[in-house]
Amino acid sequence: MSASDRLGAQAEPSIEGVTRPRQQDAPLLSARGLKLAFGGVKAADGIDLDVMPGEFLAIIGPNGAGKTTFINMTTGYLRPQAGSIEYDGQPILGLSPRVLVGKGIGRSFQLPQLFTEHTVLENAALAIAARAGLWSPLVPLLRPQWRAEAMALLDRFGLAPLAEVRADALNEGARKLADIAMAVALQPRLILMDEPTSGVAAAEKMSVVETLVRVLRDAKVTAVFVEHDMEVVERFADRVAVWSQGRIAALGPPETVLKDPAVLRDVIGIEPAHSHA
Amino acid sequence: MSGSANSLSRPAGAAPARSLGEGLPALLGIAALVLVAWAVPWLKFVLTIALAKGIAVLGILLLLRAGQVSFGHAMFLATGAYTVAFVAPFQTEALLLLPLAALLATLLGLAVGLFVVRYRDIFFGMLNLALSMVLYSLLEKLYEYTKGTDGIRVSVLTFAGLRPERETQEWLMFGLALLLAVLFGLLVRAYLASPMGRALAGIKTRETRLEFMGVSARRVLLFAYVLSALMGGTAGALVAMTSRHVTPQLAYWTSSGELVFIAILGGAGSALGPFLGAAAFELVRVYAAAAVADAWQMILGAVLLLVILFAPGGIWGMLAGRLRRSA
Repeated sequence: MSASDRLGAQAEPSIEGVTRPRQQDAPLLSARGLKLAFGGVKAADGIDLDVMPGEFLAIIGPNGAGKTTFINMTTGYLRPQAGSIEYDGQPILGLSPRVLVGKGIGRSFQLPQLFTEHTVLENAALAIAARAGLWSPLVPLLRPQWRAEAMALLDRFGLAPLAEVRADALNEGARKLADIAMAVALQPRLILMDEPTSGVAAAEKMSVVETLVRVLRDAKVTAVFVEHDMEVVERFADRVAVWSQGRIAALGPPETVLKDPAVLRDVIGIEPAHSHA
Repeated sequence: MSGSANSLSRPAGAAPARSLGEGLPALLGIAALVLVAWAVPWLKFVLTIALAKGIAVLGILLLLRAGQVSFGHAMFLATGAYTVAFVAPFQTEALLLLPLAALLATLLGLAVGLFVVRYRDIFFGMLNLALSMVLYSLLEKLYEYTKGTDGIRVSVLTFAGLRPERETQEWLMFGLALLLAVLFGLLVRAYLASPMGRALAGIKTRETRLEFMGVSARRVLLFAYVLSALMGGTAGALVAMTSRHVTPQLAYWTSSGELVFIAILGGAGSALGPFLGAAAFELVRVYAAAAVADAWQMILGAVLLLVILFAPGGIWGMLAGRLRRSA
């Protein structure tokens, strides 16, 4: 069964005020037969995956299963030894991260990649300036137009009160959101997020995810995210792909996959009786 | 969203970024320089050289912002100086020699930069050093053209077609160096506040993010490198026109080290730092050499040691801290 077959055809409610988009036929991202090994370790061992426009696809699995490797291959950071990747119907294998950003593929990082010497506002404005491609050495970064756009962006992420704070002084939740905000500033169609909630305090986690899901849905951005928190996956993912030893062990809606006893026991590592509510 | 904002607005040790105004310290510095040059005429030469070196160190400051240290930037200073020395017999107009020297240094900076910006950290520093030593060797060995270690005497120059007397010429050189120092200082200040300047600091902290923003870190660094070469060439031309004698020593690695020394001494936090550092360096050198001729390097070393230990932000960092506390 193909990934698109597994997808529900109708829109369905997600978090309050946000509606999951109706899925279309042509995948936005399509990976076929991806293989990559580091020495004897197979980080990708024949990955086939379609990501449909507008969907939120969660990738789960144990450490070392190859989840981040998939993101790195898709964003041009790593080149697979075999296989192909198409984005919007065009092959993208071998293209650099810079070129892929121009095509609309953004990413965030497990360890947020913020410019730590700059304020949150400057980080956002720099991403906006990068998108504008205006690299005059004499135009101030915080000129009114970019400042206003950066403030609007930060406001959408709930970061406006922290605009003048240096990035290295943020707590982990804010760092994660700022990292994703920088990717969103580039107006991607597809964003790949590596563990957007790791390190975020438990009390903040859901509000962080709700914020970023709301912003991404509003901006009609398709999202692939690596996640370890099953509650987050269950609440916010349209589909979930279970990674195991460089392969996709299961793929489908979270309500199905996360109740699969084999997935619970062999991949997630918990006994079925202890599955979350 | 609002709940998110509330929970996120508790940053650990957050402090709004603040920048200290540089306008007033800069004006006071200019006034002090002119006053000293007027009150102690023989120091005019020293201060002109200090201003020229300050311009070269501005280029080092740009690279420091990117986390890169060049141990070979004297090659651009030497290029500017030797351009003046080579061309002066045929064209004595200082106002033509100066841009010509800057242009040639810029072109050399572009050629070298295309190669060295591929590297980072110690490799960047040592490649610059190696290339500067190639230039030093050429200047030293090609005696027929360069007069080797004897160096080249620079012809008497004209300014806007006039050949002023020595005293006037010294004032003209001092004024020209001061004017260029102000202009380059303003240029660097504007550049560092621009997206390109901010991206430069991004090379030091998050080069990966730059690439994932669609920005070529190499191009960002190359622009800064070429700009630093332009300033190095300008500084070299000023040194040659002021001292009217050029030698291969200008390209030697110790000259490059001197520029880095001045950058640390002055502080990389402001465009004023290089000029504070250069003035302090030249004055300490002159007075230390006069007082203890055999040990002036030791005194300079001790000064740098004290700065590193007690004022890691350099002289500018120390001054800025005091001004901030008193504000």
